[in-house]
Amino acid sequence: MLGFYLKRLAAGLMMLIALSIMVFVLLRLAPGDPVDAYLNPLAPLSQAEMEALRQRLGLDQPWLVQYLAWLRAALGGDLGYSIDRAGVRVLPLLMERTGPTLLLMLTGLAMAIVLGIAAGVVGAVKRNSAIDVGLGVLAFLAISTPAFLNALLGLYVFAVVLRWAPSGGMLTPGAPFSLSDLLTHLILPASLLAIVYSALFMRYMRSSMIEVLNQDYLRTARAKGVDEFTVIVRHALRNAVLPVVTLIGSTIGVAIGGAIFIESVFDWPGMGLLMVKAVETRDYPVIMGATLLVGIGVILVNLLTDLAYGLVDPRIQVN
Amino acid sequence: MADVPTAASAFPLAGLSRSPLQRALGRFFRNGAAIAGLLILVPVLLAVLTYPLWWRYAPNSIDLRALNSGPTAVHWLGTDGVGRDTLARLLQGGRISLLIASVSVAISLFVGFVVGALAAFGGRAVDSMVMRFVDLAMTLPPVILLLVLASITGTGILPTIFVISLLSWPVLSRMVRARLLELRERDFVVASRAFGAGLGHLLFRHALPNSLDILVVYASLQFANAILLEAGLSFLGMGIVPPEASWGNMLRAARSTVVLELHPMQWMPAGAALVATVLAINFIGDGLRDAFDPRTDLE
Repeated sequence: MLGFYLKRLAAGLMMLIALSIMVFVLLRLAPGDPVDAYLNPLAPLSQAEMEALRQRLGLDQPWLVQYLAWLRAALGGDLGYSIDRAGVRVLPLLMERTGPTLLLMLTGLAMAIVLGIAAGVVGAVKRNSAIDVGLGVLAFLAISTPAFLNALLGLYVFAVVLRWAPSGGMLTPGAPFSLSDLLTHLILPASLLAIVYSALFMRYMRSSMIEVLNQDYLRTARAKGVDEFTVIVRHALRNAVLPVVTLIGSTIGVAIGGAIFIESVFDWPGMGLLMVKAVETRDYPVIMGATLLVGIGVILVNLLTDLAYGLVDPRIQVN
Repeated sequence: MADVPTAASAFPLAGLSRSPLQRALGRFFRNGAAIAGLLILVPVLLAVLTYPLWWRYAPNSIDLRALNSGPTAVHWLGTDGVGRDTLARLLQGGRISLLIASVSVAISLFVGFVVGALAAFGGRAVDSMVMRFVDLAMTLPPVILLLVLASITGTGILPTIFVISLLSWPVLSRMVRARLLELRERDFVVASRAFGAGLGHLLFRHALPNSLDILVVYASLQFANAILLEAGLSFLGMGIVPPEASWGNMLRAARSTVVLELHPMQWMPAGAALVATVLAINFIGDGLRDAFDPRTDLE
């Protein structure tokens, strides 16, 4: 068992290295010069000054040297300086964005798990009823609507028309920090993020539940006189929820993608917003750092999912 | 054999006497959702392709007497802040979206099929190299990869097509590879190789016809996916940028509070068109998947 996880960990590390090489090469292929970001169009630098700047940034070295230097520094936690915001280190910049993104994603995820599992169970138990069909149609709609459209519509309906929630940001600027302020800002973007996710959960939960409901041990439980609620919740749900656990890992990419759009619509000060802005300004160290951090996150989540799956289902024999 | 009961030939066997393609089409046209999808998609396609013939405004012509106007008799869906007709931009945006989607699907079909087939027929070294690359491409969230790629290629129609195609083929090549690894061991393929068939013959006489169902289903679902990717990129300001119209950048206009709050008619039609088209294509794709699955008739 331990050997399996070590092997997975090694594979994950290899993927990260390959990933960093790929992103590095891609960004160096980009047209334009990171030095441009330093130039004040009103006070042009001379050619010699440009060269000096380029040397100071290490941009005159061969790619391999640049990459190795970057990797060595990265392993020590130094991801360089943001080019767009002169003098700001990338790692602290990323770190201060990680909290808000995690808060948004975990809240959305928790809402989606509760909602999706509940809806999936209802759909499976009341199979082919009006409720089931209605939920199915809603899920299909949710999956076909892109995250940014969800975000815009949600913003329009709840923040503009109904005025139930603030229209963006994480805290009211200037106001002292309070939990209720944070929650009123969080609730709308998190629910919107949860929409797509809960639709996915619901579909998996429903089919997994239908499969479990047909099994003999449930008939036995009912024959023993166990009441229907206990049959569904204690006996069926616990087994049916297993495949859904793996879904959390494999759809983390969908959630991150959704979070990028939702952060950018709601001005949520997270990683996604940072990355969109970094791409706009060609801030290479920030783009690379963010990509690397997200890659680490995705690989860790997948690893944890494997671990969790092995723990909750004793039938799994990894080897 | 001679005394097959006549009742048996009545319904199921009559169905089986047709070719597989005919049966698949028969199943497809009995699927209500798929038909509904066609009923949405075909008019959208027609409108988008023919609009210059019947609509009086061009997507970038400016009507200074109607800035930010709501729907009127002349501007059915109103105009935007500089007096451009929303309906004309919606139709032109659909043209761009569908153009990008079709070209990128064609490219990723070709690349995905060839790479998958090479991995399956090309020996173990090629296979493991190609599949590691596919793994790598599938690890990162697509939106992140899309952003990084788009930051390199810049904006515009060709870069967007390039970025979306580059992102899309790995999924297909994995499916094609799985199918062909199995096909490779079948007797008729082994025989054909024994007779000295080259890679080209194997690829296009054996591999292609036998993965046609995968390709058709992938193409339809990827078409919807590509429309969403284009819209997402343009929404973030990285895909198609104004003055060229696209559904994504019409929605991007709503990131301005004024447009979002006061002029919903400038962005909502683009959202509706996007969802309707994607839903229709997904219905058709699901219908095709069921239709090409030979087990469907046995149920």
